[in-house]
Amino acid sequence: MTATNLEIRNGRVVDPANAVDAKASLFIAEGKVVAIGAAPPGWTTGRIVDAVGCVVCPGLIDVAARLREPGFEYKATLESEMAAAVAGGVTSLACPPDTDPPLDEPGLVEMLKHRARSLNLAHVYPIGALTVGLKGEAITEMGELAEAGCIAFSQADAPQADSQVLLHAMQYAATFGHRVWLRPLDAHLARDGVAHDGEVATRLGLAAIPSCAETIAVDTLCALARVTGARLHLARLSAHESVQRVREAKRSGLDVTCDVAANNVHLCDTDIGWFDAHYHLDPPLRGGRDRAALRAGLADGTIDLVCSDHTPVDDDAKQLPFAESEPGATGLELLLPLTLKWAREDAVALPVALSRITADPARIMGIDAGHIAVGAPADICVFDPEAWWTVDRRSLKSQGKNTPFLGLELAGKVRFTLVAGQIVHEA
Amino acid sequence: MHNPQLNARGELTHLLTLEGLPVEVIVRILDTAVPFVSIAERDVKKVPLLRGKAVFNLFFESSTRTRTTFEIAAKRLSADVINLNIGVSSTSKGETLLDTIDNLVAMNADMFVVRHAQSGAPHLIAQHLLATRRPHIHVINAGDGRHSHPTQGLLDLFTIRHYKQDFRGLTVAIVGDILHSRVARSLIHGLTTLGTPEVRVIGPRTLLPAAVESLGVRVFHDMGEGLRGADVVVMLRLQSERMKGSLLPSAGEFFKHYGLTADKLALAKPDAIVMHPGPMNRGVEIESAVADGAHSVILPQVTFGIAVRMAVMSMLGTSQ
Amino acid sequence: MHTPGLPDAEATLAGLAERMAGAIAADARLVGIYSGGAWLAQRLAEILPGNHPVGYIDVSFYRDDYGKKGLRAKVETTTLPFEVGGARIVLVDDVLYTGRSVRAAINELFDYGRPESIELAVLIDRGGRELPIEATYVGARVAVAREISVVLNRHLDGRLELTVEPAESAPRA
Repeated sequence: MTATNLEIRNGRVVDPANAVDAKASLFIAEGKVVAIGAAPPGWTTGRIVDAVGCVVCPGLIDVAARLREPGFEYKATLESEMAAAVAGGVTSLACPPDTDPPLDEPGLVEMLKHRARSLNLAHVYPIGALTVGLKGEAITEMGELAEAGCIAFSQADAPQADSQVLLHAMQYAATFGHRVWLRPLDAHLARDGVAHDGEVATRLGLAAIPSCAETIAVDTLCALARVTGARLHLARLSAHESVQRVREAKRSGLDVTCDVAANNVHLCDTDIGWFDAHYHLDPPLRGGRDRAALRAGLADGTIDLVCSDHTPVDDDAKQLPFAESEPGATGLELLLPLTLKWAREDAVALPVALSRITADPARIMGIDAGHIAVGAPADICVFDPEAWWTVDRRSLKSQGKNTPFLGLELAGKVRFTLVAGQIVHEA
Repeated sequence: MHNPQLNARGELTHLLTLEGLPVEVIVRILDTAVPFVSIAERDVKKVPLLRGKAVFNLFFESSTRTRTTFEIAAKRLSADVINLNIGVSSTSKGETLLDTIDNLVAMNADMFVVRHAQSGAPHLIAQHLLATRRPHIHVINAGDGRHSHPTQGLLDLFTIRHYKQDFRGLTVAIVGDILHSRVARSLIHGLTTLGTPEVRVIGPRTLLPAAVESLGVRVFHDMGEGLRGADVVVMLRLQSERMKGSLLPSAGEFFKHYGLTADKLALAKPDAIVMHPGPMNRGVEIESAVADGAHSVILPQVTFGIAVRMAVMSMLGTSQ
Repeated sequence: MHTPGLPDAEATLAGLAERMAGAIAADARLVGIYSGGAWLAQRLAEILPGNHPVGYIDVSFYRDDYGKKGLRAKVETTTLPFEVGGARIVLVDDVLYTGRSVRAAINELFDYGRPESIELAVLIDRGGRELPIEATYVGARVAVAREISVVLNRHLDGRLELTVEPAESAPRA
């Protein structure tokens, strides 16, 4: 499609990175933002996007979205998930390395990037495997993988095993400044567990994962980060104790960041009800006190960002007894409305909330995105914060229709998504 | 939250767990079981209540005892009984749990008695039947993982009521591996619903689940303290795989601290009754002198178990 | 209080007992069908000459209409403190209507043993039979509309009384 001169007018431009929150027009040409406010000299408008009643913000950035390629195409494909991404206003996303085969070879990473690029939708930033095959034994060629496009290295959801391997992997990564994103989870304490170790798991007779499985690992990883100097990001916190530890670590000067999944911001273990496998998630939904601490941490910046932890699961894998069902939920299209829901409920200012899904993830990923600036690529999201829509199988574009929010009405509908100045989604 | 066990008229349509069942429903089941006890003493032990109905015993976790009592109960109601011992989880054989159910429904099943290693499996089946609009097919949970064993809970309640009449003045002590016990969970729900003022759980910390007090029980680690003044002592079975490893060092040490001996029983009330869901591990949970002694009502539990299961099946099988 | 149109229960019972006194076997056992028949059997055992053991039968598990009505709320325990096999039995019920309760009672008795003979004594025969069943001894015959149920009540002092109710509230006997 040839580039058109676009004017987005009448919208409330909210750009947390540049502390902008004002009614303004945006002028886009040749894939970039060329002016904010007044048209540049010699401007001819190709198309007007009327953003009346809408918020105009940087395209959203999701640090954890499983696209299920390569290897799990029966669960989802790039086509369906990229369509879901832009329908959710997400213009950049990072995908974890737990594909099949895992992303531990440059060739696989290149193929994935190439596939994504050919779709001309959101930007895909692969996260490379920290160890070969994600087995936790030998470290990967992080240099090669970074060159192929990996922005960080992780073990996906595999619980950390050998701390000596971790130490070496983090030392190696630190040598070259690579980012290490790790799920804090002690393999032994989490063994066989499927739900938070609390009243609900006791009533339902479900094998439990105590909070200390996470907090012990937070302590270990922070200690290793101190010793190695690695740039550590803790992925998917779930327990209130973890939030407190990160707060103290940051206060003590450790350069550590962390995130939370939108599911844990809104739900807790009582929502499992009578064994509803839609609520079987990893990390598990914990108690009310944990949820409150995660929300407070997200508001005060202890938790740097919120992600969808998008994990499309096929129906068959959910129609099983709880512990046998596959954990995970679809979430790319829900990241925005769920973030807005949290902001509304906890009286968090819109720019702060949007920062958690734009400027902050961009900073942690180290990419030039998540902001609106003259000369920057025009990755833009235009959404109506007052438009309510129902989450159901028809409205979701992802191939994964399993989310705990099925049937709920959420506010926040994306009207336009632009990537590199092209309208890639319109509703 | 909608209680999946009750239909729109508030009648019992499945028996999945005692948790959340109204008092009236539990009492009605116990009352209905009373005449079924005497039927066992007749020559002709059958009544025609479920004639023409097909009851499928679906045991994914094998158990000859429980399956046999359900089979006897169904046959005494004149139902046709088909036993399916699937043994291991059906998923490992390629057919999903729900596919198995759909196939059996196509064979005109009226009632499923389900035992499964996973907590929540009977709930999944009940929800599937609701979603596929088959309100006339009923599910009885014969034990799911560590979650619930409602007919065992009911027969335990029946037994206690038989010997002690009123729950409202009782102290009931449940001893052993509460963490892994669906029997304990069911009995606790039943006792608290019927107004038992003091329900105690006794065991080492490793065998007590998180936040167990939230079920409405008092926790004791010292068995002597826990048995003091008890009217009812329920001993739970200790699975052999728990007897060594990181939860318990040995069966011997377990017996020393938590086994029921005559000495320890003497701390309970003089007319206390001793119960056990069976099968017993003599010398681990309970010494033979007590198991076979005057306080033991373990064999009557079995008899009452058939009557209670007949009551449940007849109530479900004759509901609209 | 006497409902107009219905016979007086106590008087009718007295008349029924008179008719039975000379006619039933000396060793007849009375089996009352819960709950009205049970009260009547008790009273008859007191009034009738000679010693007639009394048993009580709950027909809930043998009714043919449980598919429509479900198990009734309160199921009593059938108690037959004598050998049914070879016995001469007089079944006692309060109201004979369709005949289904009596059919169920006979079926249940045969599950206990094979009686020598069964006779039927009822306080009220209201007609409307749906099965080929007739009473051997009848207290009184009354004609009642289909929408109405005839019910036997027992007061705290033991006095029996017949009343009417709309048909839905009682199972058809």
